[in-house]
Amino acid sequence: MTAAREPADPAAKVIPIESAPSWNGPDPRPGLADRIADSLGTALAGQFGAAATRVLGKGWEERATNGLGFLRRRLTGDYEVDDFGFDRELTEEVFLALLRPLAEKYFRIDVRGTEHIPAEGGVLIVANHSGTIPLDALMTQVAVHDHADRHLRMLAADLVFVLPVVNELARKAGHTLACNEDAQTLLERGEVVGVWPEGFKGIGKPFADRYKLQRFGRGGFVASALRAGVPIVPCSIVGAEETYPMIGNFKTLARLLGLPYVPITPTFPWLGPLGAIPLPTKWTIQFGEPIPTDSYPKDAAEDPMLVFNLTDQVRETIQHTLYKLLVQRRSVFG
Amino acid sequence: MGKVVLVTGVARPLGARFAGRIAGQPGVDRVVGVDAAPPPSDLPPGVRYAQVDPRRPAVARVIAEHGVDTVVHLNVTALGHGGRAAVKESNVIGSMQLLGACQQAPGVRRLVVKSTTAVYGSAPRDPAVFGERTQPKALPPGGFARDAAEVEGYVRGFARRRPDVDVTVLRFANILGPDGDTPLAAYFRLPVLPTAFGHDPRLQFVHEDDALEVLRLAALGAAPGTYNVAGDGVLLLSQCARRLGRPTVPLLRPALGLVGRLARQLSAPADRAFSQEQLQLLTHGRVVDTAQLRDRFGYAPRWTTAEAFADFVAHTSAGPLPPERLTAVTDRVAARLAGMPGDHHPTPHQETRPR
Repeated sequence: MTAAREPADPAAKVIPIESAPSWNGPDPRPGLADRIADSLGTALAGQFGAAATRVLGKGWEERATNGLGFLRRRLTGDYEVDDFGFDRELTEEVFLALLRPLAEKYFRIDVRGTEHIPAEGGVLIVANHSGTIPLDALMTQVAVHDHADRHLRMLAADLVFVLPVVNELARKAGHTLACNEDAQTLLERGEVVGVWPEGFKGIGKPFADRYKLQRFGRGGFVASALRAGVPIVPCSIVGAEETYPMIGNFKTLARLLGLPYVPITPTFPWLGPLGAIPLPTKWTIQFGEPIPTDSYPKDAAEDPMLVFNLTDQVRETIQHTLYKLLVQRRSVFG
Repeated sequence: MGKVVLVTGVARPLGARFAGRIAGQPGVDRVVGVDAAPPPSDLPPGVRYAQVDPRRPAVARVIAEHGVDTVVHLNVTALGHGGRAAVKESNVIGSMQLLGACQQAPGVRRLVVKSTTAVYGSAPRDPAVFGERTQPKALPPGGFARDAAEVEGYVRGFARRRPDVDVTVLRFANILGPDGDTPLAAYFRLPVLPTAFGHDPRLQFVHEDDALEVLRLAALGAAPGTYNVAGDGVLLLSQCARRLGRPTVPLLRPALGLVGRLARQLSAPADRAFSQEQLQLLTHGRVVDTAQLRDRFGYAPRWTTAEAFADFVAHTSAGPLPPERLTAVTDRVAARLAGMPGDHHPTPHQETRPR
C-alpha cells in the first residue's frame, strides 16, 4: 500500500480495476452498476473524502470497507447459518446493534452476576417473563452477548414460528421452538439456552400481579438440563413489568385473532402507534448462582419428584431475588 | 457364490447409475434392473434389464428366476409418468407388490429402500432438527411425502414378518447433482424464484455421489436400520437464490399456493416445481440429524450441503444476477476506498470467489 500513501494528485491514486484481486469480470463493457461503483468510489476517494471524514469521523473508510464486505457476503449468500438457522453475523452486526441502544440508553440496564455464565459449555438460563411483549428476552440476549460474550439461544413459543416474518427473524437470531428435542440438542452442543417457563401466563399477566411468578410450565426445561447434565442459571429481571402496564385485555378480539391476549395499557390503544412505545423504566438483570445438575444419576430426568423439586428450587430462587431487587430499587424510572 | 442384486426404478438416472455402480463391485455376480418402461439410454454393462409393471406381481417371477438375495428399491419417486394418481399407484402399490414378492422369496436376505426426509413433514410446530426417532406430528398431507410415509409403514410390516431379512430405510434429503432431476432442481431452474413472504426455510441437500455411495454400502452390508442422509450444514432459501443469482419474488403464502396450483396445470418441468409438499418445504424448511449415519452406519457424506449446492450451481445456467457481477461492484468501491490517501488499512479481505 505504499502507492496509496503518496500525496499525489487524486487521479494518480486510482488503482486500476484489473489489479483488484477479485476482478475478472466476464463483461469488458462497463455496465451501469460498474459505472455507479466507479463514480461512487472515485467521489469518496476524491473531493468528498475530506468532507466524509469531517461528517463521519475518523476511520470511516474502515467502517465503510467493513460494511462493503458485509454487503458483499449478504448479496452473494456467502455466509453460514447453523442447523437451527442461526445467522451469527447478521445477529451481531444488525440485530444486536439495533437492540443495544435500547438496552444501554433507554432502559439503562444494570447487568449483574454475569460471572455465573460459564465461558464455554452448555448452560440453561431460566428467567421471569413480563411486559406484554417479550422485550425482556431480547434484552437478556443483549446482556448475555455484551457481558458474557456468549450467544443466547432462546426457546420461544410456537406462536413465534407460526407468524410470517417473526419466525424468519427469530430463527436468524438463534431462537428455536420450546420443545424438549431442540432444547436438549442445543444444550448438548454446548450452547447457552434461555427459557422463560412462565410463557404467556407470565408475559400477559395483569399489572396488579407484577413480580409474582406464575406456574413454571411442566418442568420440561429442568428435564432437558438434567439429560444434558448442564447447570441451570436463574435469572431475575426487574423493570420489564412496568414497560407496558397491562390494565386490561380484549379477550374477544384475542380469541378472534388467535392470540393469547390483546393488551390494554394506559397508552395502548388510546394513543395508537405511540402507545407501542415502552415506558423508559430502569432495568436490572441479575444472574444467580448456577444450580448444578451433573451430580444426579443418569435417569434423573425420568423422576418426576426430582424434576418438580428442582423446578421449585429455581422458581423460589428467582422469586426471592426479585423481592430483594425490588426492595433495593428506589424508583421505577430511577 | 456372490450376490444377486435387484434394482427397481432403473429407467431413472439415479437408478441406472446405481445399477452400473453396484454391477462393478467385487462379490456381486449379477444385477437385475426392473422398471415399467425401458431406460431412455442403454444400461451400464453388467446390468440385465427386465420390464416389469410394478403394479403387477410379475416381479416375484424375476426374483425367483435370478435367485435374487438383495433388493434395492429406488422406485419411490416424486416424478413419474402419467398423472399424480398413476405415480401414487406406482409408488404405493408397486412397493406392496415388491414387498409381497420378497416375503415369498426365501432367498432374499437384504432389503434397501430409498425414502425421503419429507416423511417428517414441515410444520412450524415441529422441532428444528429431526432425528430418526422423531414422530411427525401428522402424516404428510399428500403427494410424494405421503407415499413415502405409507411405503415406510409397509416396510416396517415386512420387517416384522421377515425378521431374517436385513432392512435398511434411507431417508434422503433433497438429492442434488450436476443434472439434478428432482422437483427441487426444477424449482431452482426457474428464472425467478417465488418464495413465501416472511419465511426463509432452512434446506439441506445431499450430493448424488454421496447418495449412490450410501446406497452401495447399504446394499453390500452396512448395519441395517433407518438413517437420515444429508450433507453437513444448512442453506437458507435466500442464500440459495443469491448463490444461483436468481431474484426471489416473495408472495403471501395463499398467493404462493395459487401459483403452485396454476403451475401444476402447466407442462413439465414447471409443474414439478410446485408440488404440495414442496410448497411446505419452501415455507417451513426441514433439517435432519445425521449422527446415526456417521456412528452406526459408518459413513460421513463427502459433500456438505453448500458444496452439493455449489456443484449444482456450476452445472446450471446462470441467473440474471450472478454473484460475480454483484461482488465486482462492491469490490470496485472497496478498491477505490483502499486507494485513498491516509488510509492505513489493508484492502478488505479478499476471499475466494464463490464457486
